[in-house]
Amino acid sequence: MHDDARVDELAITVIGHDRPGIIADVAEVLAGLGMNLTDSTMTRLRGHFAMTLICGGPGAEAGTPAIEDVEAALAPLTADGTLATTVRKVGPEGTPEPPGGHYVLSVHGADRLGIVASVARGLAEFGGNITDLTTRLSGDLYVLVAELDLPAGADVDAIGERLEAVSRALGVEVALRPAETDVL
Amino acid sequence: MTGVVDWSVEDLGRQGVVRPVVRAPAAVLSMAGEVVDPDDPAVLQLAADLVATMRVSPGCVGLAAPQVGVSAQVFAVDVTGHPKVRTVHGTFVLCNARLVEASQWQKGREGCMSVPDLTGDVKRAGRVVVAGELPGGGEIEITTNAFEARALQHEIDHCAGLLFLDRVAGAHAIHTRKVYL
Repeated sequence: MHDDARVDELAITVIGHDRPGIIADVAEVLAGLGMNLTDSTMTRLRGHFAMTLICGGPGAEAGTPAIEDVEAALAPLTADGTLATTVRKVGPEGTPEPPGGHYVLSVHGADRLGIVASVARGLAEFGGNITDLTTRLSGDLYVLVAELDLPAGADVDAIGERLEAVSRALGVEVALRPAETDVL
Repeated sequence: MTGVVDWSVEDLGRQGVVRPVVRAPAAVLSMAGEVVDPDDPAVLQLAADLVATMRVSPGCVGLAAPQVGVSAQVFAVDVTGHPKVRTVHGTFVLCNARLVEASQWQKGREGCMSVPDLTGDVKRAGRVVVAGELPGGGEIEITTNAFEARALQHEIDHCAGLLFLDRVAGAHAIHTRKVYL
């Protein structure tokens, strides 16, 4: 086995005006370079297309393609100015500590400045790690749903009280509950 | 004790008035509703209004008092004709309803007239027993399943000041509503 099998990966973002075929175009470019599109999220945010993905190279021997080569291959997509792409190398991540508990947090209420900041800070104070977060603004209604890992031994009641205080200050509703994982 | 199937909105002897539907982030949607007297004339009128408002709202299968701005434990349900139903009890209104049995949990996508532009994936019991009172009709217990069970849980939540947003399954479980007309 190769000494360093943990090759770098590429982090790629594509953001801009939505149209049919963006995913097909990007995926074809990556496949053409022998890149494996591993983890990705692709969605529309307020009508803009947004794609964030991690790509693995064709194997330790061949190495990860040079950033310049990937950028050059993606260039035709950005030529008309409707899409912006970024490409960068990221090192391998270690295995995270096993969390003490996995929770889902829902927040909703009248839109105002600082909801995400206050809620996220409240969680960070307790070592809560947000692993997934979506927000939506729908008219005057702001909705935040987050999944988070709490460290082992975390005082869930204290976190709940902190979030209650944050929600009162913001005038929003907050619900924190354990994420249910059904193993079948 | 009258069965829910025998109950009819006509029995209220009142003309329902269509009321405007309140949208989140209205405070009334996040308040626990008051317990009501199911024989109070104001409650009978509210029941008729909820049915009338539900009936003029396209695709509406349930409507709770907080959604018309009244913080009370009253809701109307009618899932007749919906493709996901199994058991159907027709149109009925329940006061002070509570879940007494819940099993067969399953995830499904829900919308709400008070959150018109979003939908969410919510886990609900596929089989429930709900106890409550019919307006002017006494105590009843309803055993139901599938979509009617989901609708009942959604409306009982409204009466407790909860929206489906409080129960969505995860960060990728809220969606912008797709409307194809």
